[in-house]
Amino acid sequence: MIDFLRSRLSRATISLVLLCGSIVLPTVSPAQAAANRPVVVASKPFGESFILAELFAQILEHRGFVVDRRPGLGATEVAFSAVRSGVVDVYPEYTGTGLLAVLHEPPERDPETVFARVSREFMARYAVRWLPPLGFENTYAIAVRRETARKYSLATLSDLARAAPSLSAGLTADFIERRDGLPGLKSAYGMSFGSVRPLGQAVKYQALATGAVDVIDGYSTDGFIARYDLVVLRDDKRFFPPYEAAALVSQRLQRDQPGAIAALTELSDRLDVGTMRKLNARLEVSGEPVESIARSELQALGLVGANRASGASAAVQAQGSFASYMWAHRGPLASAVVRHLLLVAVALLAGILVAIPLGLWLDYAGRAAEPVIRAIGLLQTIPSIALLAFMVPLIGIGVWPALVALWLYSLYPIVRSTYSGVRDADPNAVHAARALGMTPGQILRQVRLPLAAPTLLSGIRTAAVIAVGTATLAAFIGAGGLGEPIATGLALADTRLIMSGALPAAALALAVDALLGIVERATTPAPLRHAAAERQRDRLQR
Amino acid sequence: MTGAEPGTALQITGVCKRHGEVEALVDVSLTVAAGECVALVGESGSGKTTLLRCINRLLDPDSGTITVDGRDTRSVNPVTLRRSIGYVPQDGGILPHWTVARNVALVPVLCEMSDTAGRAVRALESVGFDAASIGNRWPHELSGGQRQRVAMARALAAGQRLLLLDEPFGALDAITRSELQRQLKRIRESTRPTTVLVTHDLREALFLADRVAVLREGRIEQVADGATLRRAPATEYVARLLAHADIAL
Repeated sequence: MIDFLRSRLSRATISLVLLCGSIVLPTVSPAQAAANRPVVVASKPFGESFILAELFAQILEHRGFVVDRRPGLGATEVAFSAVRSGVVDVYPEYTGTGLLAVLHEPPERDPETVFARVSREFMARYAVRWLPPLGFENTYAIAVRRETARKYSLATLSDLARAAPSLSAGLTADFIERRDGLPGLKSAYGMSFGSVRPLGQAVKYQALATGAVDVIDGYSTDGFIARYDLVVLRDDKRFFPPYEAAALVSQRLQRDQPGAIAALTELSDRLDVGTMRKLNARLEVSGEPVESIARSELQALGLVGANRASGASAAVQAQGSFASYMWAHRGPLASAVVRHLLLVAVALLAGILVAIPLGLWLDYAGRAAEPVIRAIGLLQTIPSIALLAFMVPLIGIGVWPALVALWLYSLYPIVRSTYSGVRDADPNAVHAARALGMTPGQILRQVRLPLAAPTLLSGIRTAAVIAVGTATLAAFIGAGGLGEPIATGLALADTRLIMSGALPAAALALAVDALLGIVERATTPAPLRHAAAERQRDRLQR
Repeated sequence: MTGAEPGTALQITGVCKRHGEVEALVDVSLTVAAGECVALVGESGSGKTTLLRCINRLLDPDSGTITVDGRDTRSVNPVTLRRSIGYVPQDGGILPHWTVARNVALVPVLCEMSDTAGRAVRALESVGFDAASIGNRWPHELSGGQRQRVAMARALAAGQRLLLLDEPFGALDAITRSELQRQLKRIRESTRPTTVLVTHDLREALFLADRVAVLREGRIEQVADGATLRRAPATEYVARLLAHADIAL
């Protein structure tokens, strides 16, 4: 895992540098740049997608391409719009997902029909190409605990339909909504659960194992099915559509780097379902790094020679204490912290530069102020993950959309505190300043802003703490930071990995809050601290 | 130039001012001689504060003219005008983030005068402070009465010849108020700035002012010295006001 993380972080840094370089120094001709551009390989945030993407990445590297890895992009919506807009060149997708979630067409049973359909439609509508399938299907698998199966004599989904009213289901939000998910199960099998709870990918298996729910949706190639000794119920009416895994390739790659397409196609029809299940188990159950899984698999398939970097391979992480784990991973964690802080600092700085003038302008504009502030406040109510997903079709993936999203979130607290700080600045002092001949500019600079400073700083402090928290979600759109171990850990149900991101993030939030608290006190002159305390006392007495 | 008489510091002629539906001032005319102190007396809403604020153009009248030392105030930049007129609000309006000395030096600094610190010291001494001990203190360390004296010093620090006082002692306890009233009387006797004093306290007006203007619903009922008001109140309202003040005495 450590190698996996480190390579991702360093590559993310490199790609950031390249990105900045390409903006600042456009000296290479466009055609040259297109041909030399790294192939951007992405994945969705779950184990199998990580492994497949790493297989893509390594075979490309072996065939001489430079690769930029962007694992764990939000979900289908984020990953697909990224490949469609050309920000990402290739990621592993499933034909059934393409048919239902992207094309919004009814389920279809025959795998070849589905593949033909999505191939034709994706090319015609989005100029995105499906490479020939990799050789296995990963369809939905409805799983129960062994004891539940025994108690209700469950072997098939038809059996489950009978027992469903007395069972509680924990299903992914995706599955609850999709036509080939719960609604389809209802009409095909007459399935009606006693209760249905939406559960995240990461906690599903634990929830089932601990008895919090009785039924979950999984994937047929999941390594966890073996780990928790679960029973997968047979789809006796063949309801679930085929989900053949295949590489989904951007128009840019097809046009500029046909060699990369050829390299990726070498993997077509080489992975069967048994192989995939084993690879998933190595990742999800044994915790082997994705990089080493992919390397040994490519060697086993005879696609690459066995000579490269075998010394570092297949080292399964020793199960030490959490502290020693953190210590062993201090390098990548430190760069994640730095990157996290950079995201927050840049977004916050941009927020300050826009929000303070905006707050001052709103004070000047008078009646427009409240509606504008309310509108900015509405931004705050958009769930972070939704805002990030919304950014992808507009700005792509990576650092920029994350910065824009964090910047948007920083606006409200700063605009609000600037506006109310300046507006509510001691009205008697402001009145006297005006009556004695200060100009509006002098009043603003010498009276209202200094008096508003404590309020303003506390707004900035709030914005900073929000940004530190929200930035953990930026990993879902490939921006890196402390969210990366969290996202990966969630995808792999690896608590230690989650904590290795979550604890530093929490500590960072506390540290930022404390630091800005000190700044706030240091920059507030003593008489204002006194005045604030006095106002507070007045309020309490009233 | 308007036809101001010699020695007239302030002339208000036919001033009207509306606040939306409310007629705050209706055809108000008033002349204040140089060095004179005129008190504007009336209930809240009578228009006395509105009239005061028209003088230094915190408000602009809808019609009518106001001249200060013979110059129409509309021909002067309001900021310049205000710097030349001392002003003391009810709460002092001391800037809480500045020391006492910096507060008092406000107008001299704005006008880029020489020796602003010296001016502040002299102004503080003129209201009875030991400038060395109070200059570096913060406003929140002062009592209400001290703040009003600082505000008074600030209003005089640039050598202003016209002083506008808006209920300057209204928020003080009785003892402090009477002390400050005597202090203001001493200042007036030594430097004789032309003064317009807004107050709802007729006794304060009679004690401090040479003449009293009684306002009611935006109109001036009578302008006269205390003896004339007692002897010949122009309206029943003025008579009643005096009766109340005398009972209270």
